[in-house]
Amino acid sequence: MYSPEVSLALALAIPAFGGALVALLGSRPNVREAVTLIAGVLLVFNVAHLVEIAHSNPTLTLATLAPGLELTFKLEPLGALFAAVASGLWVVNSLYSIGYMRGNKEKNQTRFYVSFCIAIMSAMGVALSGNLLTLFVFYEVLTLSTFPLVTHKGDAKAKRGGRIYLTILLGTSIGLLLPAVIATHFLAGSTDFVAGGLLALNDVTPAIAGVLLVMFAFGIGKAALMPIHPWLPNAMVAPTPVSAFLHAVAVVKAGVFSILKVGTYIFGPAMIAAVPTSEPLAWIAGISIVLASVIALTKDNLKERLAFSTISQLSYVTLAVMLGSPLALLGGALQIVMHAWGKITLFMSAGAIYTATKFTNVSQMRGLGHHMPWLFIAYTLGALSIIGLPPLGGAWPKLFLIQGAWDAGHGILIIALIASSLLNVAYLLPLPIKGFFEPAETVALKKPAPMMVILPPVITAAGVLILFFLIGPLRDYLMPVFELTPSAGVSL
Amino acid sequence: MIDLIASLTPDAIVRHAPVLIVALPLILAPIAAIIPSGRAAWSISLIAALFVGWMALILFGQVAEHGVIEYAMGGWQAPLGIVYRVDALNLQVLALIGTIGLLCVFYALPTVSDEIDGKQQPLFYSAFLICFAGLLGVTITGDAFNVFVFVEISSLATYALIAMGAGKDRRALTASYNYLVLGTIGATFFVIGVGFLYMATGTLNMADMASILAENGHNRVTQAAFAFIVVGLGLKAAMFPLHVWLPNAYATAPSFVTAFLASTATKVAFYALIRFIYGVYHPEGAGFVMMAFTWVFAVVGVIGMLFASLQAVFQTDPRRLLAYSSVAQVGYMMLGLGLGNVAGLAAALLHLVNHAIMKGTLFMALGAFGLKFGIRRISDLNGLGRTMPAAAIAFTVAGISLVGVPLTIGFTSKWYLILAVLERGWWWAVAAVIISSLLALAYIARMLAAIWMEEAPKRDGKPVQSTRAPWMVLAPMSLLAFANVYFFFNADPLVSLAQRAAAAVMVGH
Repeated sequence: MYSPEVSLALALAIPAFGGALVALLGSRPNVREAVTLIAGVLLVFNVAHLVEIAHSNPTLTLATLAPGLELTFKLEPLGALFAAVASGLWVVNSLYSIGYMRGNKEKNQTRFYVSFCIAIMSAMGVALSGNLLTLFVFYEVLTLSTFPLVTHKGDAKAKRGGRIYLTILLGTSIGLLLPAVIATHFLAGSTDFVAGGLLALNDVTPAIAGVLLVMFAFGIGKAALMPIHPWLPNAMVAPTPVSAFLHAVAVVKAGVFSILKVGTYIFGPAMIAAVPTSEPLAWIAGISIVLASVIALTKDNLKERLAFSTISQLSYVTLAVMLGSPLALLGGALQIVMHAWGKITLFMSAGAIYTATKFTNVSQMRGLGHHMPWLFIAYTLGALSIIGLPPLGGAWPKLFLIQGAWDAGHGILIIALIASSLLNVAYLLPLPIKGFFEPAETVALKKPAPMMVILPPVITAAGVLILFFLIGPLRDYLMPVFELTPSAGVSL
Repeated sequence: MIDLIASLTPDAIVRHAPVLIVALPLILAPIAAIIPSGRAAWSISLIAALFVGWMALILFGQVAEHGVIEYAMGGWQAPLGIVYRVDALNLQVLALIGTIGLLCVFYALPTVSDEIDGKQQPLFYSAFLICFAGLLGVTITGDAFNVFVFVEISSLATYALIAMGAGKDRRALTASYNYLVLGTIGATFFVIGVGFLYMATGTLNMADMASILAENGHNRVTQAAFAFIVVGLGLKAAMFPLHVWLPNAYATAPSFVTAFLASTATKVAFYALIRFIYGVYHPEGAGFVMMAFTWVFAVVGVIGMLFASLQAVFQTDPRRLLAYSSVAQVGYMMLGLGLGNVAGLAAALLHLVNHAIMKGTLFMALGAFGLKFGIRRISDLNGLGRTMPAAAIAFTVAGISLVGVPLTIGFTSKWYLILAVLERGWWWAVAAVIISSLLALAYIARMLAAIWMEEAPKRDGKPVQSTRAPWMVLAPMSLLAFANVYFFFNADPLVSLAQRAAAAVMVGH
């Protein structure tokens, strides 16, 4: 009954069903929110099962569009891991959304939760996709389903942000990603994700593969590689739970995950190292990392600062892919996990501060740490993890990446990684410093923040700490994907 | 299903289905004209459309069984008599006209009674039936001169249908006149081409022409005939740059006429072009046809898709915008044809059907909006997402289908077209298709933004309450909108139909 195929189908069916129920129960908010949470918990259990069985690669064909064109799901460890991160954080984020949306008396909450369900369903679709076609389909559904979330407030600014969001994401995906997918199908006869790299197995010449790599890198606009990044800061007009969702749970994550998956299964590390365009792309990623951090420094608005931080942090993954080294790829995969937990903590903290004080700028938040100590501790842990300090989860990906860059002969790019960490210190830590070391009297809370917005960031901050110690199993889980042996890489 | 219908149909009807499918609407047309009531005339149209759908199903079953069916008019065998011929290629077009015709007839009742003066309605339906019969005739006949006759029958009726838009928009008269002048020039070019072919071969039967041309080879006369035929039919198909009649005609005609013509008339002309190129000429054996493929169809098609898409972006009237988009979409089909390979022709034929479904939905939804609000500018669409949600959703689905977003048939079209172009190795054409898609995104997004993101329309200072078009408008529109999604998930029927049609005409050589 509960076969791997059923479990695969359930990963999409649970949120889809949940969304339908939420839509039906719109008039009864408490039941509606219960449905969201129950769907979330069910999904977590289901995905946990998928994570267990990922190495056996079960496959499920959803629909055969025409001969040779199939919507297929194929479970593999990378996708299982992304699904686990997205589903786990969806529960926490839903809990937080309830507190935030009620605390701020937002309108159209039913539409909000339905869009969330569809978006998480498409994120599952992206995670579990068995070929590029399926990935592309769910990638587009994710764009369309998050659009109502971005424009949720409905004012002129939200509409403008939404327009930029949709234009850039749809434009790059149709303009570059779609032709890249079709060209892959043309060159290789299919778009299946194959261990070792589909294009490498079909002996595509490095020059053509190089062109395709550029099309994928910029066509997957969700990865926010500069200069395709402006949609992300513009999407910050959305309510904070949406920002957390975009940055940490689904959207940007789906983007870098797609790049990781394309790099691993369509090109393969060896081919990436061989194509002429991977080095320039690695440099563009490196420049994105440093430049976005510098821009983040100049932003006083906390959410905008975090947005540029995301652009910087997730370019790590693109960089990892472009290095063409298995070890770096492992680092990239870990970065998806670790950054998700760290960044969602930061966003939920920003939203909790907003709910309690309506403050949006860092400079306003002096002395606030005395009023909200738990929240500020959670924020600090998240920030330290993003910076990459042990004993927090964010330390590992940076370590693997630096070693991967060194192995791949790109020693100079290590400077970009280190510079970025230093810049992280400079733009992330002023908030807790101001919060704790300025006198408490400078601000007064209008009302205490509801428990529902304080608890989730504390949970995720604890998660960041725990993840540091889970690196062994995580590494062992991912190593077969990149054909690494236990002796390779960082010894633990 | 088809077997069941065929077994329930009297044998005589089955045997004469190829002629009945054309004859019945033609016979009913004058009857509709003399009936005093618009509603009764509509019922006659409905009977005709149902009958045509029934005949199309029977032909479907017969072609599946026998491959090609030939019907000699009055028992006079080819090459003496006129032959009707159904094969995989025109079967697809027949099915398209039959389905769209039936859906449009339902759509007609509420919109026509809204837009056309009561006294003119019987004449209107009569003109529609003549147009319907003409289009079916062009598709089914295997006789070159007969094609001309039916092209003229359908065109003359079309001029009248477009001019009937004058009740709402006086510009329909000039648009119709414009089309009449250009359409007559096109038909003249076409008949000159057919005349030249007759001079060169001494026959009017297309299959006969083909075998004589294969034997005798080509000369100046047949080459000139080719040029005349391509220009003549190209004008009817609104091939860039022969499209100038189309935007005004679509923008001012009654909304039922626009929906019907946009999904059938240009498609039939394009089909006739394919039929002449592959059914009479031998592209492989004739250098000038291959040259036309590359330079007239592919290159001009690409220029057309870019130019017309760009023009669409700057339109202010939604119907004109969609009309320019139609011209651009013809460019995709021209490109597919110009590739000169089976995959390309199949992609063109697939897009022919898919585009009919998309544009049919879009124009039907615009007509539904038009029933309640006058739609002259894009800003008139403001807030209709809240006011008329059903039509707005249908419009949105078909709109993103036009862009080529997945989960819609537009994606399937683009997938096969780009694959075919890659097979030919024309990277520049891939770039053009992509740029044109992005332009489509730009012009569709403008309308969708107005529909979903602007304030609802106001009357007397108060926002208009949500309102609904009649179900006879909603049902065919929703069905077509659903088809946009359904044939993505089950693309095989349409794709294999197009591929079989393409293979059938190409293998003949």
